[in-house]
Amino acid sequence: MRDFIAYIKGIVMGIYNLMQGMRITMRNMRRPKVTESYPENRETRETYERFRGALEMPHNENNKHKCTACMICMNNCPNGTIQIKTKMLLDEDTGKEKKVLDTYFYDLGSCIFCDLCTQTCPQDAISWSQNFEHSMFTRAKLNTKLNHEGSSLLKKEKKEVQN
Amino acid sequence: MENIKEKLSAMGCTDLLQADRTLSVTVEKNKFHEVATFLKEGRGGMVFDFLMDIIGIDYVESLGAIYYLCSTDHPQELLALRVSTSDREQPQLFSVCDLWDSAELYEREVYDFLGIKFINHPDMRRLFLRSDWKGHPLRKDYDASPAINPIPAHNEVIDDMERSSTIKIELGELVEKSHQIFGEKEYIVNFGPQHPAMHGVLHLRVSLDGEIVKKIDPNFGYIHRGVEKMSEAYTYPQILHLTDRLDYLSGTMNRHALCLCCEKALSLEVPDRAHYIRTIFDELTRIASHLLGWGCICMDMGSITAFVYGMRDREKIMDIFEETAGGRLMVNYNTIGGVACDIHPNFQKKVKELIPYLRKMIKEHHILFTENPIARGRMEGIGYLSKEKAISLGAGGPSGRASGWNNDVRKIEPYAAYQHADFDVVLREGGLTFDRYIIRLDEIEQSLRIIEQLIDNIPEGFFAAKTKAIIRLPEGEYYQRVENARGEFGVYINSRGDKSPYRIKFRSPSLTLVNALKPTVTGSKVSDLIMVGGSLDYVIPCIDR
Amino acid sequence: MYDFSVLTNWIDQWLRSQVGDSWALFVEFVLVGIAILTAYAVLALILIYAERKVCAAFQCRIGPNRVGPFGMLQSVADMFKILLKEIITIKQADPILFRLASFLVIIASICTFGALPFAKGLHAIDFNIGVFYLLAVSSLGVVGILLAGWSSNNKYTMIGAMRSGAQLISYELSCGLSLMVIVILSGTMQLSEIVEQQAEVWFIFQGHIPAMIAFIIYLIAGHAETNRGPFDLPEAESELTAGYHTEYSGIQFGFFYLAEYLNMFIVAAIATTLFLGGWQPFHVPGWESFNQVMDYIPSFVWFFGKSGLCVFLALWVRWSFPRLRIDQLLNLEWKILMPICLINILLMALCVL
Repeated sequence: MRDFIAYIKGIVMGIYNLMQGMRITMRNMRRPKVTESYPENRETRETYERFRGALEMPHNENNKHKCTACMICMNNCPNGTIQIKTKMLLDEDTGKEKKVLDTYFYDLGSCIFCDLCTQTCPQDAISWSQNFEHSMFTRAKLNTKLNHEGSSLLKKEKKEVQN
Repeated sequence: MENIKEKLSAMGCTDLLQADRTLSVTVEKNKFHEVATFLKEGRGGMVFDFLMDIIGIDYVESLGAIYYLCSTDHPQELLALRVSTSDREQPQLFSVCDLWDSAELYEREVYDFLGIKFINHPDMRRLFLRSDWKGHPLRKDYDASPAINPIPAHNEVIDDMERSSTIKIELGELVEKSHQIFGEKEYIVNFGPQHPAMHGVLHLRVSLDGEIVKKIDPNFGYIHRGVEKMSEAYTYPQILHLTDRLDYLSGTMNRHALCLCCEKALSLEVPDRAHYIRTIFDELTRIASHLLGWGCICMDMGSITAFVYGMRDREKIMDIFEETAGGRLMVNYNTIGGVACDIHPNFQKKVKELIPYLRKMIKEHHILFTENPIARGRMEGIGYLSKEKAISLGAGGPSGRASGWNNDVRKIEPYAAYQHADFDVVLREGGLTFDRYIIRLDEIEQSLRIIEQLIDNIPEGFFAAKTKAIIRLPEGEYYQRVENARGEFGVYINSRGDKSPYRIKFRSPSLTLVNALKPTVTGSKVSDLIMVGGSLDYVIPCIDR
Repeated sequence: MYDFSVLTNWIDQWLRSQVGDSWALFVEFVLVGIAILTAYAVLALILIYAERKVCAAFQCRIGPNRVGPFGMLQSVADMFKILLKEIITIKQADPILFRLASFLVIIASICTFGALPFAKGLHAIDFNIGVFYLLAVSSLGVVGILLAGWSSNNKYTMIGAMRSGAQLISYELSCGLSLMVIVILSGTMQLSEIVEQQAEVWFIFQGHIPAMIAFIIYLIAGHAETNRGPFDLPEAESELTAGYHTEYSGIQFGFFYLAEYLNMFIVAAIATTLFLGGWQPFHVPGWESFNQVMDYIPSFVWFFGKSGLCVFLALWVRWSFPRLRIDQLLNLEWKILMPICLINILLMALCVL
């Protein structure tokens, strides 16, 4: 008899607990949806400013960047993602030949977003963009040149030099 | 420890060195098994029943292995046994498989990477690389030229999975015997490498009798990336980024381990603020990992909705990570000396919002799944792992604690800010699948407690200590363990004073968990195999380093 | 309430006047066949869409929303995809049985579908042994599933097929026994007669507690027969990748897929017909005006509405619970459902007496 009562109790409790589970799913059905409709919300979606999308080299309005081609980022990169080419240019102020940046190649395809380049950059010449839409039709297109055409090194103002 | 020291030196061990709480001992090759038996049986007063790791290392003049042993009664004390062989052509050591079950896979790994064969090992196959791979990658004279090991262009018979060999001493001579893994008439089903429930690319070859699992043979290495080999050419800050990619679900904690190891070597004083932030991040990662682990068990049992709920709640944590550290899965936040950047102004507010939300959701998860009679019926009474077996297998972390093994490194060796937080180690006695399941949800609650206590008390100050531009660790050996979401994650660094390590080894908690499948599942049904696999919650990239 | 027999009779008479009796019959057979196949396909598409949307809602997602407004054409697009896919032949599979299996499954499903009374007068064939026919034909599908699993020459499919055999044959029992309760209550096996008898009060209310118990058991057992929800052991995605239809591709896989969804509807429709009054509107004895308002709603709306409700229940269960293990599954049937069913029949017999 006790077995029989336990048997009935088991069935009733089982059904009760199953109903409780169904109540939870029903409650979740009425909750707001958590997924985003991605291309539609492109304008409104917020990206966090520290998000590492792709490497970029900020240029000011006069097409000047801060990279001195010191190669620290290139040496720190674990994957050889950054390739820097330099050229020698005559400095107008001092009249001496100086090594300046020619091209700054960045291969997004092999970047692991480790942040070592931006952390070690002494000039803060490179930073992360929040762009995450990286899809391309060929792998070669992921290899981009970061410094703009005809850009040159931003001359430091005297105040900064004193610091 | 003093007693053991004396007895060990009486047994002919040399170079006894006590550093911190680690005793390091060099043992002669032929006496090694005797010494190991002595330690395992506890004749010196301490039973060294937990073999943490075997680290194979190439000293150029000789090949050696370091056995990290630990006693579960005195988990603070470590014992490092060193043994080496000068024979580079036919290096052989004695196996300790008969003493510790965890040695089985570790010895296979050492054989794979350094070519040291273990006498009396029942299954001397390579662990990660193919059987026809030429050379042993972690030897210093290894030639990595692709011409030696070309990429195969055709399908091949997987012969290396069929046969295995054992080296035995018969009549004073070493004899290598080859044997078949499975019998001719066994019904062998491949689960993986591509399978919905294999949590990555684990390959289990399972011998079935109807629905009953008779034998399991795990195969690894499908996504082996050679992290340890790569690390030998990388600088320490560069290696940090590989640690995130081992066990990607507890990346922050793995990285924390390497950071702590380097800081220990450099004797670097890390600011308290960094310690607090690291601890909060570790616990958030643990919650995220356990939520996903919970979801995975549910999905392995066919409840896909529960998996989606787990992912949904995890997403909130990922958002917090992204705002502060800029990464979601690969957080890349800890650096040697501190953290990469200060916490975001919204961080504390968001974490405080998260805590009540998660508490509410976990209550729902309990109603949805824990109380479900189908789930209860499936999980109860299945997949028993005894405490002794768990220790012998080295199956630590939540899975070990579900068997009653108190192995939480956060309590044993409090690192970072854990000594400032009050929390309980959740222990269960059952050792069944249900215990392994429920312990994860209970640990989330404990992690929430830790975060609750720390989040308002983050001290002011610098978030990172100043380090040199090029980090060179002083010569020596360093071992650091942390509690990762799956168990004890250890980092061993052998530095020769360069900017890259001479040898680095990561102790993967998942490797031993996969080995725990064999005793737990044999005799159960196919669906239990999947479910127990889910409850052990291994992550394959951590195994395939 | 519109009676569809007016329309069908008119078509029948017109055809007979045009081409003579035997040809008229032939044309009618073809027309009915086309109508049923079309309804089958359309219903399957609707069900697939509904399942995706409902599943998404339970999981806090949006669900398909790209093809057509609210993603309504998604399943149509999927149908085209599945039609265009290559049918892969397995080298060491049994070619004849391998092909035959998918047809067997869908034929069993269509045969059951064809015998359902959809609305007043919309009933392709009205056997006097309707309930018996439904049970007999719907259980043919298991042969197809067993053949599919066995002929694929794959270990996953084999395990899936064996599980399926054990499952379907055991649940067939509860299924049949719970329907017997209604047969006892109504005293007939003819579907049209059963529906007529429910004009005033549905059987689930007429039959007191035994009918309610039978209804619940039928839903559980019927659900298990469709290989869905917590009873999807033969497919068991996380264990056997796709179970018995692992090796199928293209439209052959599509047949299994369609049959699975339609079986879900068929179970709901049989439950509706036998327990919830079929196409009969909801009447409360004594409330004349209320009953009249209910009568204005067309009969097929009632039928599909009630079936839809049962389908929703099935989906709700499916997306809430984990899968059973094979021994739990058989325990549930032989230790819980079967004894209850037998006692239930006894109770019903006592009630009727």
